[in-house]
Amino acid sequence: MNAVSISTASNTPVVTSMPFRRVLGAYVAEARSECLRYMRNPSFMLPILLFPTMFYLLFGIVLSKSEGPDVARYLLVSYGVFGVMSPGLFGFGVSLALERDGGLLTYKRALPMPPGAYLLGKMLMAMLAAAVVILLLLAMGLGLAHVALTVRQASLLVLMGVLGVLPFCALGMLVGTLIKGQGAPGALNLLYLPMSFLSGLWVPLNQLPKALQQLAPVWPSYHLHQLGLAVLGMQHGTASADLLVLLGFTAVFFVIATRRLRRYG
Amino acid sequence: MPATSDVVARLSAAVKRYGPLTALDGVDLVLHRGELLAVLGPNGAGKSTSISLLLGLIRPDGGRAELFGRDPQQIDARRRIGVMLQSAMLPITLRVTELLRLVASYYPNPRPLQESAALAGIGDLLQRPYGKLSGGQQRRVQFALALCGRPELVFLDEPTVGMDIDARQKLWAAMRALVAEGCSVVLTTHYLEEAEALAQRVVVMGKGRVLSEGSVDALRAQVPLTRIRCVTDLDAATVANWPQVAVAERDGGRLRISTSAAESVLRRLLDADAALSELEVQRAGLAEAFTELTRDEPAIEQEAA
Repeated sequence: MNAVSISTASNTPVVTSMPFRRVLGAYVAEARSECLRYMRNPSFMLPILLFPTMFYLLFGIVLSKSEGPDVARYLLVSYGVFGVMSPGLFGFGVSLALERDGGLLTYKRALPMPPGAYLLGKMLMAMLAAAVVILLLLAMGLGLAHVALTVRQASLLVLMGVLGVLPFCALGMLVGTLIKGQGAPGALNLLYLPMSFLSGLWVPLNQLPKALQQLAPVWPSYHLHQLGLAVLGMQHGTASADLLVLLGFTAVFFVIATRRLRRYG
Repeated sequence: MPATSDVVARLSAAVKRYGPLTALDGVDLVLHRGELLAVLGPNGAGKSTSISLLLGLIRPDGGRAELFGRDPQQIDARRRIGVMLQSAMLPITLRVTELLRLVASYYPNPRPLQESAALAGIGDLLQRPYGKLSGGQQRRVQFALALCGRPELVFLDEPTVGMDIDARQKLWAAMRALVAEGCSVVLTTHYLEEAEALAQRVVVMGKGRVLSEGSVDALRAQVPLTRIRCVTDLDAATVANWPQVAVAERDGGRLRISTSAAESVLRRLLDADAALSELEVQRAGLAEAFTELTRDEPAIEQEAA
């Protein structure tokens, strides 16, 4: 048995080694088409862009004119986090759930797609969408509400958005491996909206009941909010702890999700 | 028997169980270079499980699956294959060129885009978004994706489902062109005429086993029946009692006879009815052979139990 398989292997001409440049090209092509297909999909992009910007315009700018610039500054972070969560949760979760159901994931696994290119492509797409959301909110904050920001603060806020989407990618991925097909958007909204509320993104935490305030550190969005507030100088102290917690969330969700994905496909 | 190096894909005593259900029960399957193999069988026969093993999508519980002498889960083995799956919903917002470029990027030495498009007959669809194409056009695009990497082996899972006759003929021509290039093809299909038209070798599966394997002619020969149709006044029941007549039944004004000895039955028919007319004699097709083979399944099941 062994002898047969060895002779088979040695008789086979080796034409399959792939130059590094082409492997890299495959990663780029995967990421590029993943970005293209979602940027062209209005039912994905519109809610992601419209909800945070409309809320910020209404509650952060129009309705808070009398309350001074600090409200617009605070809510820039809140709606920034709210806006960053959705490309992660929905971009990863919904698309993974649908593609497991529709056979695209199976097809890609049968193809010689380089390992991880599929997830990496989705990740880059979510990071790009998050960057667009933050840039839109920044433009509104600076242009309409005249929030005073240094270049450093604005850049850090964009960075917070681009990297802050990752824990939500991992969480979305986990949900995407648990639910198949059309059920995913509903399930993710059940996660997204309550989590936003309970993390104090809509109503400041100190106006919530005491129990809910104490529960807040359970949610990754709470920590991203704290991190953003620290970036804009509205929170002092423990930003590094929040960063560590976010890293931990990401790692745990990602590990569970990849294990499920490997086992159940 | 061709040399071992000629084997591009192989299942050896492959067993796959899903809980209490045995999807594959010791399947041996060998595919040689440049060969078109059709895998036939009713639903649940184990066709797609066999394909999934060869694609490395699942692992066998027993036995082994090999692609080019390697584990199919090794990406180097899969860089030599192309795939067309029955149910893959490709991204609808991507254009056909973008899909072709993406899939071609996975391979070390892909075909030029125009060549893939021409082979699959989709040169006029390149700029269209995939979601705007008809079902038959989408199948042709999927076929182009299967061959764009210049594979040595292509898996086609029910490739012509939902195609009209014209589109199906075109795809058959493209498959023949692939085989002429030296590419091996594994084809699963429900259409027996497809296997009859294309395949050099046919494997019939049922209940997770290989029921029969051989050339189309050899498969037909397993059911050595000939069909006779004619207009006659002879009584069907009487004819049915003649030696070597398997079935005789009336179909309107015609009598239909299945027999394993056409010559002697014909002689007797013509003697018995001088007024007999509109005589047709036809060799049983793959369809009869297939029905005959899969009809044996319950017996096999009982044996196993």
